[in-house]
Amino acid sequence: MKGLSLFLGCVIPNRYPGIEMATRLCLAKMDIDCTDLKGASCCPAPGVFRSFDRSSWLALAARNLALSEEMDRDILTLCNGCFSTLADANRILKNDPSLRMQTNMHLAKIGKEFKGTIEVRHIIEYLYTEIRPENIRRYVERPLDIRVAVHYGCHLLKPSRERGLGSFERPEFFDDLVECLGATSVDYPDKTECCGAGGGVRSALRDDSLKLAQHKLSRIKEASIDCIVNACPFCHMQLDAGQEEIRQRTGVMYNIPVLHYTQLLGLALGFSPQVLGIDLNVINDNRFIEKIENGK
Amino acid sequence: MPESISTDTELLNRLKAACRDTLKCMQCGVCSGSCPSGRHTALNIRRLVRKAARTTDVLKDEQLWMCTTCYNCQERCPRDIDVADVVLTLRSIAAHEGVMRPEHRKVCELLMEHGHAVPIDEERRNQRTELGLDELPLTVHKYPEDLQEVRALLISCGFDRLLEKKSKNIAGTETG
Repeated sequence: MKGLSLFLGCVIPNRYPGIEMATRLCLAKMDIDCTDLKGASCCPAPGVFRSFDRSSWLALAARNLALSEEMDRDILTLCNGCFSTLADANRILKNDPSLRMQTNMHLAKIGKEFKGTIEVRHIIEYLYTEIRPENIRRYVERPLDIRVAVHYGCHLLKPSRERGLGSFERPEFFDDLVECLGATSVDYPDKTECCGAGGGVRSALRDDSLKLAQHKLSRIKEASIDCIVNACPFCHMQLDAGQEEIRQRTGVMYNIPVLHYTQLLGLALGFSPQVLGIDLNVINDNRFIEKIENGK
Repeated sequence: MPESISTDTELLNRLKAACRDTLKCMQCGVCSGSCPSGRHTALNIRRLVRKAARTTDVLKDEQLWMCTTCYNCQERCPRDIDVADVVLTLRSIAAHEGVMRPEHRKVCELLMEHGHAVPIDEERRNQRTELGLDELPLTVHKYPEDLQEVRALLISCGFDRLLEKKSKNIAGTETG
């Protein structure tokens, strides 16, 4: 197995830097071989750019992949959208000689080439498959006695034919990663349903997009949980910033803390909520922070 | 990428090619029943895809942009039609005809300018510094020569020309 290069994408470094910090701290503490992927760009985002123009979507993704190929490292993503673009582009370019040739003609102009020598990993499937929940348990310094609503997000699981992570209807691997930290993953209706952000809907049709988020949040609220845990910064933004946007539109306030899995993992590994940037969310609930810090 | 805007007949032929797989559709409605967007918005994915094989009107249909690409329809289709992928192809045909929402055009411009669809702002620069991270992430934001590569690549693919396209008045050619 190759070492990893850390692909940041856009939303994590530029909107929720706490997730980047949490990832760096967790990877270092668990001694996972991962270095920075310098000079990478937007993946580019599947919803908008893949929709508009396939050749530029492929070319930009291929450049990011080529940067990691030059380091002979698999690429590690923390975002379902980046995972979707990079994994799909990697597969398409490995399997379709004519698209690969076209893409490499563009890349040649900047002195790059896609060779097809690496794999694309998402931190959730990487931790589950390569590190395993039973081993992650050994690193836990602060067992988390909390109830968690797990939100898988769409593109971690689907299209399932391409992702190969099992059924998208009732997946369990992400829940196992949450429960090995001491937390309880609480089942709730429409658990695998979309947050509403993807496909360019959040950017262009915000009101429609928030209706999907509100549906999801209302189901989660009924499950009496302490926080939502996600695998994607775009879902994170929709479910966190979206709560305030919903309050402005409807007057309904859910006040549910939202954490990326790396932040939940960071808490369990003993880091403070502030170091992990959990207080940089739009939604801040002191009761949640106190519950973590006091262990009750 | 086509240099000129296509005629309605050419356009309809491209739509038909994109929708060839949907001829297997038996109109069972599992796609619409599985669609989380359709629960809350005007999107009727079954009807949208059906319409796409018949008329260029679909390219101006707002519903085309209500799909979050969650893939539920595609996963559950009993005829194994790649419904979500068809939506992506239809959108791409629309974009190449100059049909693009202003918000999406803006996101494209951000990518051309910064190499990021969501670029950094002042508030996050400060947050990064306070967290102990580099003020700028080690992406194209930090390395101008890499940003030049990204721009050159996008221009090589004609992405800049896509943004200059003006929306065509799609007449709505139908098949019999």
